[in-house]
Amino acid sequence: MTAIADPLSKKKKIIRTRNYLKKYWTLYAMLLLPIVYFIIFKYIPMTYIQIAFKKYSIVKSPWEMPWAGNHGFEYFIKAFSNRDFLFALRNTIMLNFLDLLVGFPAPIILAILLNELPYKRFKRFTQTVAYMPHFLSWIIVSGLAVQLLAPTSGLINIVLNRLGFGSIPFLNDSAHWVWTYVLLGVWKSVGWNTIIYLAALTNIDPQLYEAAAIDGAGRLRSIWHITLPGLRPTIITLLILNLGRILGSEFDRPYALSNNLVNNVSNVIATFIYTNGIRGLQFSLTTAVGLFQSVVCVIFLFAANALAKKFGERGVW
Amino acid sequence: MVKTKRSKAGDLFVAFLCFLLVLACLLPMLNIASRSLSSAQALIRNEVTIWPKGFTLEAYKAVLSDSKYTWSLVWTAYLTVIGVIVSMTMTTLCAYPLIYDKLKGRRFINGLILLTMYFNAGTIPTYLLLKDLKLLNRPAVLVIPYCLSVFNMIIMRSFFYGIPDSLRESAEIDGAGPVRILINIYLPLSKPVIATLSLFYAVGRWNGFSDALMFMNKREYYPIQLLLYNILKSITSIDIQTQEGFTAPGLTQSLQAATVMFATVPILFAYPWLQRYFIHGATLGAIKG
Repeated sequence: MTAIADPLSKKKKIIRTRNYLKKYWTLYAMLLLPIVYFIIFKYIPMTYIQIAFKKYSIVKSPWEMPWAGNHGFEYFIKAFSNRDFLFALRNTIMLNFLDLLVGFPAPIILAILLNELPYKRFKRFTQTVAYMPHFLSWIIVSGLAVQLLAPTSGLINIVLNRLGFGSIPFLNDSAHWVWTYVLLGVWKSVGWNTIIYLAALTNIDPQLYEAAAIDGAGRLRSIWHITLPGLRPTIITLLILNLGRILGSEFDRPYALSNNLVNNVSNVIATFIYTNGIRGLQFSLTTAVGLFQSVVCVIFLFAANALAKKFGERGVW
Repeated sequence: MVKTKRSKAGDLFVAFLCFLLVLACLLPMLNIASRSLSSAQALIRNEVTIWPKGFTLEAYKAVLSDSKYTWSLVWTAYLTVIGVIVSMTMTTLCAYPLIYDKLKGRRFINGLILLTMYFNAGTIPTYLLLKDLKLLNRPAVLVIPYCLSVFNMIIMRSFFYGIPDSLRESAEIDGAGPVRILINIYLPLSKPVIATLSLFYAVGRWNGFSDALMFMNKREYYPIQLLLYNILKSITSIDIQTQEGFTAPGLTQSLQAATVMFATVPILFAYPWLQRYFIHGATLGAIKG
């Protein structure tokens, strides 16, 4: 560009910029509030992450706090020698893995079932009802669960007792609690999570099913050869996202469902951070734990995405 | 039309499985509703299943006469309305400018926003920031920190993308600025997405628990979920300590059920009406998420 040597084009540029701003300054004005929001509530907290490497002091800003020992990694070392944290880490992975194992295929199966359902009105009714639990908070779900699954007075155990079986301590015993946790997760989300699969199913050409039927394919064969391949890209995408969350942890769900009898399996990283950070005021330790969790989540997400691409899938981005 | 080889028996089997799911979703709600309407004696004798036994409104009267609880319901409704207004304004302000491909710096701003979806600072840094901003324990802490969801912003933006550019261009030729185009063209055409996202934000606030637990210590500002949690925990902790062989007094049970009902019913009334809208939003959100 010879703009510097050419005063005329420089002037033109200024005029163009002025016209551009005159036309579009309102767009920047609109963006001002959201950008300020993101900077204050998302980016400034990132500068607080350095607390993970420093000795927390209530009177100093994060920039002025003294560095922690062991080249700043004191609190990471402390976390990994903290029994509660190791339990929380194990529980997070265990619960997320079981969620993936049981909760991930469930909406796929339900979507296929709904797709096979020939009665249109009943299908819509089923969908409406199945979406409902998604709109309940985990506090409400745990309120329902505690009453429904109570050892003596809960509906399920009343029915079991009447049928001559013993009561099952759904929420009061570690092993049962884990499965109750997983199944309540399925209950709450299975309907809602079918939405995306059902949307993918509408893209399948109905002629494929007709052609398959002419060729003598039964129901299961056409599910296997038409429906499932049609769902494949969606399944892969959601699998990547779920793998990215394997070390992520929900807070409301384990916190609301837990009780003193099952603390050894119900404490996850998010609840560890809450009890030891906000309640216990160990800010450096819990910031370190949170950072560890975020970083591992990002790594897993990238790894899962790269793996999917390697196998010739589309990936998330 | 070729009649497929699908057997009637197979269809009925599929319908039966779906019916089981419907039962699994409805029975807990029916059970809790019956409990809230049943007499204490019937509850103690474990007679209540899916229909009320010894019909009574005692529990509802008791809950409604508890001013802490009714106040919390009103307060949460108020917070929800304010929250939806703030959130929808912010979401629109963020989504709309980003559809202008001529906007300089758009890629940078986009990146700045999307990055926060994949990496966030975490609970404690956010908590300490709110502490430094002196927002802790103030009502605003239940509205502002999570008022703009990137997820929802993306849903709105892709809805805006679906509106033909030609509409905007012809309005520009007529001399309309971006604000006028937004108000006169985009917003009136965006009712489905506005309804969907308002529902998502409203449900988020009504069901919001952890932000209140962590950032709000003042009892008079407790939103309904936090109060509900405290009520349920205070009752069940007795139940759990004494375990088997002990049944909490019947009225406590129906009270517990009634408090759950009050927190649930508003949502159950809202969502079926908006179902045709939110399907679209949910599909988009899940793909882009």
